[in-house]
Amino acid sequence: MMQEETKKATYTIPVGPIHPALKEPIRLALTVDGEEIVDADVFVGQVHRGIEWLGMNRNNPVQSIYLAERICGICNISHPFSLVMAVEQAAGITPPPRAEYIRAIIAEMERIHSHLLWAGVAAHEIGFDTVFYLVWRVREEIMDLVEYVTGNRVTKAMFQIGGLRRDITEEQFPRIRQSLDYYKSVFDQLKRVFLDDKTIQMRTRNVGILKKEDALKLLICGPSGRASGVPKDVRQDQPYAAYADLDIKAMTPDMVTGTVVGDVYDRIIVRLLEVKQAIEIIEQCLEKMPPGPILAQPKIAVLLKALTQAEGEGIGRAEAPRGEVIHYVRLEAGQSTLATWKVRAPTYVNLMAVPTILKGMQIADVPIIFASLDPCMSCTNRMIITDRALRKKSIMSYEEMHRLSLQKTEKLRR
Amino acid sequence: MKAFKRALWVYHLNTGSCNGCDIEILAVLTPRYDVERFGIMLVGSPRHADVLLVTGPVVKQMVPRVKRIYEQTPDPKLVVVVGSCGIEGGVFYESYSLAGPVDQIIPVDVYVPGCPPRPEAIIEAVVKAWVKLEKAEQGVR
Ligand code: SF4
Repeated sequence: MMQEETKKATYTIPVGPIHPALKEPIRLALTVDGEEIVDADVFVGQVHRGIEWLGMNRNNPVQSIYLAERICGICNISHPFSLVMAVEQAAGITPPPRAEYIRAIIAEMERIHSHLLWAGVAAHEIGFDTVFYLVWRVREEIMDLVEYVTGNRVTKAMFQIGGLRRDITEEQFPRIRQSLDYYKSVFDQLKRVFLDDKTIQMRTRNVGILKKEDALKLLICGPSGRASGVPKDVRQDQPYAAYADLDIKAMTPDMVTGTVVGDVYDRIIVRLLEVKQAIEIIEQCLEKMPPGPILAQPKIAVLLKALTQAEGEGIGRAEAPRGEVIHYVRLEAGQSTLATWKVRAPTYVNLMAVPTILKGMQIADVPIIFASLDPCMSCTNRMIITDRALRKKSIMSYEEMHRLSLQKTEKLRR
Repeated sequence: MKAFKRALWVYHLNTGSCNGCDIEILAVLTPRYDVERFGIMLVGSPRHADVLLVTGPVVKQMVPRVKRIYEQTPDPKLVVVVGSCGIEGGVFYESYSLAGPVDQIIPVDVYVPGCPPRPEAIIEAVVKAWVKLEKAEQGVR
């Protein structure tokens, strides 16, 4: 009876504007009993741009790479990466080995930038704006490196079916190593800031717990899954590109603390460890990179013709900073566009964990818990709060929630 | 450089962008570019804002919200569109789920092309908006 009322009460939800620290818009409906959250629901679809449709109706596969880049401005290596792997499989194209290494290098650069971006946002959510600014300053170094290697800060346009559009030359190695050394030198400081700080511990330990069983049941992937003790990583389980030649192990929080709790703190640990791992992977790649061409078919007209004549299907899987990205494509002979294109991004699966990890928590914890999954869609500026005791609905702005979060940090500090 | 008379508060509105522009807007606020030293500050509510920074091609679901946020922003206000997809659809033009670009929904004052534009370009656009705002105010007085 009570349950029914709850459901009824949460059916109309206004979408608030968007908070800049988190990215795309999303709606959450929370049912609360006083301060405690008893139920939560997520609503998506506010950024649907019909990308797959465009890839199946307007673009040829090469043009679709740039569309795939713009699925997400943060994971704009992982998406084209999966897409080109899928198309290559469908058309039977093998990229040269050097391209495989460079692909891995830029994918790891993306992981560093994305995890640092996340760490900053997470610090902001619990009111540590100093840490937010610190981390984003540190992040600018990798943005410079990305620009140096790919020519652009955000959308890189590096991928081509059957290889890459840009090479990394010997002369560029010292500059790349310099950035990596910088990150190695600041890593301990970052680790100290995030893992040893009492207040951060209080705000994140035992908060938003996702147990291993739940993570397995909900198919949670990426760092959020690994933080719950599911050692799943596409780079380790089904190595693609150069990852098969490298030494890669899924990072889990017990490597640092000896136990797996599956809370927000553990998610911080996993992402920090992955930044370090990414640095090591890039170093290994630079060492092992074989010489040779970077494109299987440099003539684009020939490539397009081959793709139009090709028939078959392919799947591309890549470990994006947020989890496993899967692109499925089908090519039909005589059709210049992709016959089928289906994208599965990690956040869609990971959002399923939101009700589980929010239950029993306080409203002030919502921003950090929600952010701890690193959802690649955004936060709600407003949510409807249904107070079960008072039987009334009220709308809470994101600002107000952020303020509650700050107050909680302040209270804990004293 | 002429001193500006007041701090400029901006509100960032995502109408269905790919995040590319949004992370560059954030980069503008963080220490490397640090626009807060000029008094440009990001605020959490359109009611406090002088300038709306709009990203994204406006997907159909967002139309009423975009209009509402525009109405909630007090006058005098300016709208800056950041990114090619908000200017003319960018890579998403022709898609069935777009209602935009932005200037089909709300009036726009400054356009920043690029996919995404560099942080420097975003700062320049905000400064342009600032100058325009000051001129408008002088005209009013
Ligand atoms: S202009 Fe480009 S980078 Fe910016 S939001 Fe649109 S698609 Fe993304």
